Amino acid sequence: MAAQKSDLPQGTLDLLILKAVAVEPVHGYAIAQRLEQVSRGVVQVPEGSLYPALHRLENRGFLAADWKRTETGREAKFYKLTRKGRKQLDSEAASWQRLIEGVGLILGTAERGAQ
Amino acid sequence: MNWWSRLWRRNRLEAELEKELRFHLDQHASDLIARGRPAAHAQREARMALGGPEQVKQNCREARGTRWAEELLQDTCYAFRTFRHKPGFAVVTVLISALGIGTTTVMFALIQSVLLKPLPFAQPDRLVVLHGFVEHLGEVWGYSYPDFKDIHQQSRSLVLAAWTYTGGTISSPGEPEYVDGRQISADLFPTLGISPLYGRAFHSDEDRLGAAPVAMISYDLWQRRFAGDRTVLGRKLIFDGTHYVVIGIAPPGFQLSGEADVFTPIGQSTDPRMHNRKAAFVKVVARLASGVTLNQAQEEVSLINRRLAREYPKSDAEVRMLVRPFMQEMVKDVRGTLWLLLSAVGLVLFIACVNIASLFLIRAVSRERELAMRVALGAGRGRLIRQCMTESAVLGLCGGLVGILAAAVSLHPFVALWPGSLPRADEIRIDWRVLCFAIAMSLLCGLLFGLAPALRVPMQRLEQALRGGRTVTAASRHLHSPFVISEIALAVVLLVSAGMLGHTLLTLSSLNPGLDPRNVLTARFALSPNAMADPSQIRSAWQEVLDRARRVPDVQFAALSDIVPMREGENVLDYRTTPTPLPPGQEPFALASSVTPDYLKVMGIPLHQGRFFDEQDREGSEPVVVVDENLAQHAFGRKDVVGKRLWVYALGAPVRIIGVVGHVRHWGLAGDDQSPVHDQMYYAFAQVPVPLLHFFSSIMSITIRTRTSPLNVVDPLQHELRGASGDQALYEIRDMEQLIGASLARQRFLSFLFGIFAGIALLLACIGVYGVLAYLTRQRTSEIGVRMALGASAHDVMWLVLRQSLKMIAVGVGLGMIAALAAGQLLRHLVEGMRPVNAATYPMMISLLVLAALLASFLPALRASLIDPVKALRQE
Repeated sequence: MAAQKSDLPQGTLDLLILKAVAVEPVHGYAIAQRLEQVSRGVVQVPEGSLYPALHRLENRGFLAADWKRTETGREAKFYKLTRKGRKQLDSEAASWQRLIEGVGLILGTAERGAQ
Repeated sequence: MNWWSRLWRRNRLEAELEKELRFHLDQHASDLIARGRPAAHAQREARMALGGPEQVKQNCREARGTRWAEELLQDTCYAFRTFRHKPGFAVVTVLISALGIGTTTVMFALIQSVLLKPLPFAQPDRLVVLHGFVEHLGEVWGYSYPDFKDIHQQSRSLVLAAWTYTGGTISSPGEPEYVDGRQISADLFPTLGISPLYGRAFHSDEDRLGAAPVAMISYDLWQRRFAGDRTVLGRKLIFDGTHYVVIGIAPPGFQLSGEADVFTPIGQSTDPRMHNRKAAFVKVVARLASGVTLNQAQEEVSLINRRLAREYPKSDAEVRMLVRPFMQEMVKDVRGTLWLLLSAVGLVLFIACVNIASLFLIRAVSRERELAMRVALGAGRGRLIRQCMTESAVLGLCGGLVGILAAAVSLHPFVALWPGSLPRADEIRIDWRVLCFAIAMSLLCGLLFGLAPALRVPMQRLEQALRGGRTVTAASRHLHSPFVISEIALAVVLLVSAGMLGHTLLTLSSLNPGLDPRNVLTARFALSPNAMADPSQIRSAWQEVLDRARRVPDVQFAALSDIVPMREGENVLDYRTTPTPLPPGQEPFALASSVTPDYLKVMGIPLHQGRFFDEQDREGSEPVVVVDENLAQHAFGRKDVVGKRLWVYALGAPVRIIGVVGHVRHWGLAGDDQSPVHDQMYYAFAQVPVPLLHFFSSIMSITIRTRTSPLNVVDPLQHELRGASGDQALYEIRDMEQLIGASLARQRFLSFLFGIFAGIALLLACIGVYGVLAYLTRQRTSEIGVRMALGASAHDVMWLVLRQSLKMIAVGVGLGMIAALAAGQLLRHLVEGMRPVNAATYPMMISLLVLAALLASFLPALRASLIDPVKALRQE
């Protein structure tokens, strides 16, 4: 699939997109902006892989898309979370949380062991 | 949006993708401008952030998951475009594969319908047939009725039923008409697991002597004679002089070894054979009881077999009773032939595939530049292989479709060509299984012939290929020769097989049948039921028939006979030369036929010694027989046996030999040598005892020698013999030459088919040789140019090309001969009367092949010798 290197850990982009879309329908450019803002510039979303990821999520039924006018009056493709997508977001977020805790625990132990 | 709609609406999706990305870029750029960047910079920066637009688009397309299908579509369209570009190539390959697939489909349809499809009975795999086997006689057709009754009573593992042939005239209602019938036991329908269409089957209390006469009729007869009227149930039917009440109509298509119109309960039969343990005339079918295996049933039957042999040593000691699956029994005659033909057809298909593959390969090599160009433009190897395979698969499928159409058209004419009766012929059709098989085969063939070119897709030395430099010819020669060699080898197999079959057919048809078949008419004859009713009148009724027949113009002689040479039907009796009985199993057997005095003259059988029957040989005078030369030789070791006596149990004691005649190939020109019974005897119809006359009359045939073509007398004869009440009829009318021809029908049929297959194989092999050589020669143009510039003559160049083809032909012929030997063994196994490979067949067939192959390579060789060295070198 997408061959581009990402600074994000594998599979995280999907999770982040789902999260970004969760609040209200947004278009692709806004998702990129939002991800950057929310992560205060730490996470650089590779824009090239954003769209393939969006399309993939749409085809898998996690996102639904509509063409709507933006405030500037141009037509844009707005993505929103489906019910299936929300479930996916919840379970992915939970497993991500568990992963962080697990990794943190190990790192903490290692530091203590080194002291 | 699901996969299909994504595929269908790909154009809309494409436009939307474009729009979406454009929006993204514009938005980004305007943001940047808002932050104070110059407009030109902003556009550029936004594009940089997104990455190459084509790359992003491609990744988005892949996310749709429809890419392979789109590419398949693309490739298919491309394939059609290239075919339109070179229609000759496409037409040739489609025709060749259609030929292969079509013939294979016809054969598979036959095998599927006849051998593989379950029988139209309930749980057909639980049905079995009981078979008899006698050491000196081989397989015997059936069982005696008393034996059947005993097994029926004693067996626990089998539910048995029986039937036998019958026939007679339906004299009311309507016009008299002779029909075939079957006497069946009451449990036959339940055993087979079928029920009548209307009405009921027989009850067991109707299946005994003296019960009220009831009958079932076939669906055909019901439609034909009663126009499908259901009130026929309960009505009277006069069949063979007996008044029956119709109680049921058999389901459509119901057959018992052939079609029959009237079914009567076998237990009501007054046939004297019903009480004779030696008369094996009923066929026994059975259903395995639940939970019983075939082996267990066989064990039980063998146990009963031994018990019967102890109780009735005279009749039952030699008989071995065997249990066989019903299906196997039904198709045993054709199974071998069908598989043989399928393998022959498979060879043809294989040759066709190899042929097309080599044509594809040649084309692929000449397309090297095109492919190299596409690689240079960024196509992946996998992508190109897929494209090559798509092209050949499309051709394969096109060929397959044409082939299936051809098969559908030719299936029924082909079945009609089948010699003798093909079991389950009415069930033969192209059903969905055959269709799946054919489509799968054509796809497989398509992929197969695309494989070699696909694997040759150039990936290295691109620039060489692009420049059009000659690639190594030696390598491609090695690549091509296996194709030519295998085509030739397979063609040898088919040619030698066809040669063997043709040789066999020639040898067999030149055999002396032992009689003079010209102008001889034979027909079965149904005597008037009125005459049959009174045994004392039967003989004079037959005499009248003969007298009337002689009155017909152009009839030279007329005679009666119970069996007719080369037609179905036989009567085999044991005999001995002394009054003392021999131990069971050692008595010799002879084919016995009951005839009237003119029979010898009708058939033109040579009389070697003594005399044939005359009017003096009748009931009450000394019982006499005439034997053939074989019997004389076997029984007495010499030819002059007139006056000697034979003891024939079935003829009721010692009989005097009054004459010796020539041997007749009764079992057919091919079959007679294979038959376990070689001896023949004749006895006088006039001496058949009165109680047996009714039975004999139901099987007698009339045989007639005519002065002109026998077909001319059929109508006057029919008319003359109709009888006083018009209720007598000739049926199964055959002329003797027809019967002799039919006795070789199988051999003729196989020779014909193999001849066609071999012809196709030869043609394809020649196309293959020609194609490959033409290509190789073209590849070597500049080399040949150099050679000629250095002084090689046209002759040398031709020899150069021919030598190349000779090498391939030699290897192919060598391999083919080994395979042909094996095929010959198989044929000898499957075709009766098959002669071993004779010295002439091999050289003849192989020189035919070599000649044709050389002819095919001559054209390229000639073209090579005409190459202008200057032009050839300038081309380089």
